[in-house]
Amino acid sequence: MDKLIISPAPHVHSGDSVSKNMRGVLIALIPAYLVGLYFFGLGALIVSLVSVLSCVLFEYLIQRYILKGEKTINDGSAVLTGLLLAFNLPSNIPVWMVIIGAMVAIGIAKMSFGGLGNNPLNPALVGRVFLLISFPVAMTSWPSPIPLNPNYLDAVTSATPLALMKFGHLPNIMDLFIGNTGGSLGEVSAIALLIGFVYLLLKRIITWHVPISILLTVFVFTGILHFASPETYFATPIYHLLSGGLLLGAIFMATDYATSPMTTRGMLVYGVGIGIITVVIRIFGSYPEGVSFAILIMNAFTPLINTYIKPKRFGEARK
Amino acid sequence: MGGVHPKEYKFSAGKETKISLLPKQAIIPLGHYLGAPSNAVVAKGDLVKVGQLLGQASGFVSANVHSSVSGKVAKIDDAIDASGYKRPAVFIDVEGDEWMESIDRSSTIIRECTLTPEEIIKKISDAGIVGLGGATFPTHVKLSPPPGKKAEVLIINAVECEPYLTCDHQLMLEKGEEILVGVSILMKAINVNRAIIGIENNKKDAVAHLERLAKTFSGIEVMALKVQYPQGGEKQLIDATIGRQVPSGAIPIEVGAVVQNVATTFAVYEAVQKNKPLFERIITITGKSMAQQGNFWVRIGTALTTVVEQAGGMPEDTGKIVAGGPMMGRSLSSLDVSVAKGTAGVLFIPTLESARKKMKNCLRCAKCVSACPMGLEPYLLMGQSENAMWTEMERNRIMDCIECGCCAFTCPSNRPLLDHVRYGKTTVGGIIRSRR
Repeated sequence: MDKLIISPAPHVHSGDSVSKNMRGVLIALIPAYLVGLYFFGLGALIVSLVSVLSCVLFEYLIQRYILKGEKTINDGSAVLTGLLLAFNLPSNIPVWMVIIGAMVAIGIAKMSFGGLGNNPLNPALVGRVFLLISFPVAMTSWPSPIPLNPNYLDAVTSATPLALMKFGHLPNIMDLFIGNTGGSLGEVSAIALLIGFVYLLLKRIITWHVPISILLTVFVFTGILHFASPETYFATPIYHLLSGGLLLGAIFMATDYATSPMTTRGMLVYGVGIGIITVVIRIFGSYPEGVSFAILIMNAFTPLINTYIKPKRFGEARK
Repeated sequence: MGGVHPKEYKFSAGKETKISLLPKQAIIPLGHYLGAPSNAVVAKGDLVKVGQLLGQASGFVSANVHSSVSGKVAKIDDAIDASGYKRPAVFIDVEGDEWMESIDRSSTIIRECTLTPEEIIKKISDAGIVGLGGATFPTHVKLSPPPGKKAEVLIINAVECEPYLTCDHQLMLEKGEEILVGVSILMKAINVNRAIIGIENNKKDAVAHLERLAKTFSGIEVMALKVQYPQGGEKQLIDATIGRQVPSGAIPIEVGAVVQNVATTFAVYEAVQKNKPLFERIITITGKSMAQQGNFWVRIGTALTTVVEQAGGMPEDTGKIVAGGPMMGRSLSSLDVSVAKGTAGVLFIPTLESARKKMKNCLRCAKCVSACPMGLEPYLLMGQSENAMWTEMERNRIMDCIECGCCAFTCPSNRPLLDHVRYGKTTVGGIIRSRR
């Protein structure tokens, strides 16, 4: 009674929090992580643990000794960046490269802009692309899927479905669906990623706009190419949807809060942009995969989209 | 579009209204709204009866004030009422409970009304009726459309979308027929033959009750609306009932609608059919730790302490007292304030839930943008408000904000979005007025 609080309305809160959202995304990543551990074994375990631990450590050190701010590692965002970075790496990549990737992701892409919410580009993707450009061989020799593989650096490697497609072979669609294929450790299983997507939607952590507009754009664009010239563009749209990092990118990377637009209309523009750039890189570019670049390029357009695409104002829609 | 779903906590739903005890001294505010306060027509030492005029409206956007008690005028002085504002008020030492003879105190329901629209509006104006939904805008003003505008439909706001509050719900259950007579009187006053009563669908008993009664009236339709805050916002309600959106900066008559709160409608019935001025209302006394949450008929000017005692007193763990609902109500520094016409309830929030949580960085998660029922960008407006970017704020439609609080409610980073938006809105509003 002696201490009444006076503050303006509202006096209640939804109970939503930063850590709840981050925890939700981590939970949604569990199925894909389990599939990664199953097919890539020891390597997946080592790479993911190193990535998560070094991301958390770098954030802690930077916040403590350079920014001298409050501890932020408890909100779960550094863990999430670490796991997402690992998901985008081959499971036979050396530990020191993982640490460099984590340092670039957290140190350069996130903390130098002021931490969570202020980064213009997706930290995990900046880390991945930095590694891809710096160590192209290590980043593009993916181990073959072998259940509970006990080998790490000396794992047998094989080409990814997208690389195969560039050279005219088509993988088995069922293998793509469950994840029995070469690739980065978290991107291989379509079904596991889709389960995560459903969870994110149910928990209202993300909306459908970004992932669906990306997937639909890729489907339509590759569909038109395939239909127009089946000999040149022999991969059907379904292969494009299920292979490479498209699902991982569309569901978990492009939907990153800080780097995606604020309005649903803006999200659709952003999603379509990512879809188009992805297909252009995949089909006409020199890299077999283009999702990471597509997302980073559209990340850079996000402030522009936010400036010019406004929400539907009340009273404007109908009269 | 937009909106949020706060937990309802309607503890006092379906609890029969109790008649509150009279206070020893009533402090009756002479103003209840942003318009001009009324001018006192009584003086210290005067003996007044229940229903006697205390303050005469001073201008068009102003309303009469009547005594809610009988007794002797002790003084006329400034006082803070439950709306949180300090205004001139009449202090009356209560003696007995003697009513003006003109007031019909029988419970017989009079359906017939032979008055002309002008006579009805005159009676409403004389009775000092203001909007009881909280804004307390004089009702007769809303019933007199500006020249060239014609009302097509009357919409009754019986949504009660604020969590905890149940006063309108209970009124509908207990005074359903009177409300419907009130609706038909209002229809006559603005000369329309169609009225829609909008009720949020979590009050199914009230919907069914009024639907049954509405069959015996012509042109009145009861509409069950989706449960979503702020469904009871005036513009949201018009959109939900007749599918028309009031444009930015316009008032409801622009789309042919006149909106009245359901409790106001009941007050209209009493004023027109029973000659009873507005001097009492139902308020909800509620809170999670409250022993006996309930709905009370309270005379305007009664101290909140008097009412709260009858509901078992203030809970010990109270950390915040809110006059009104948790989304838009005002926090009070004390219970020693009197009930005003716009007071819909008192909510006691336990200490543990009273303080705001620590603010974090904006995640840019866009949840505030999706939650905004007006299609604004709260995160952007907050940033612009912090940086005094008034021109940009005006361009981003700050004046459309209805201050419903959905943005701050939904923010995972606990950012005080509405505080900053409200500050910006006040400043930009001042700039716009100074241009005229």
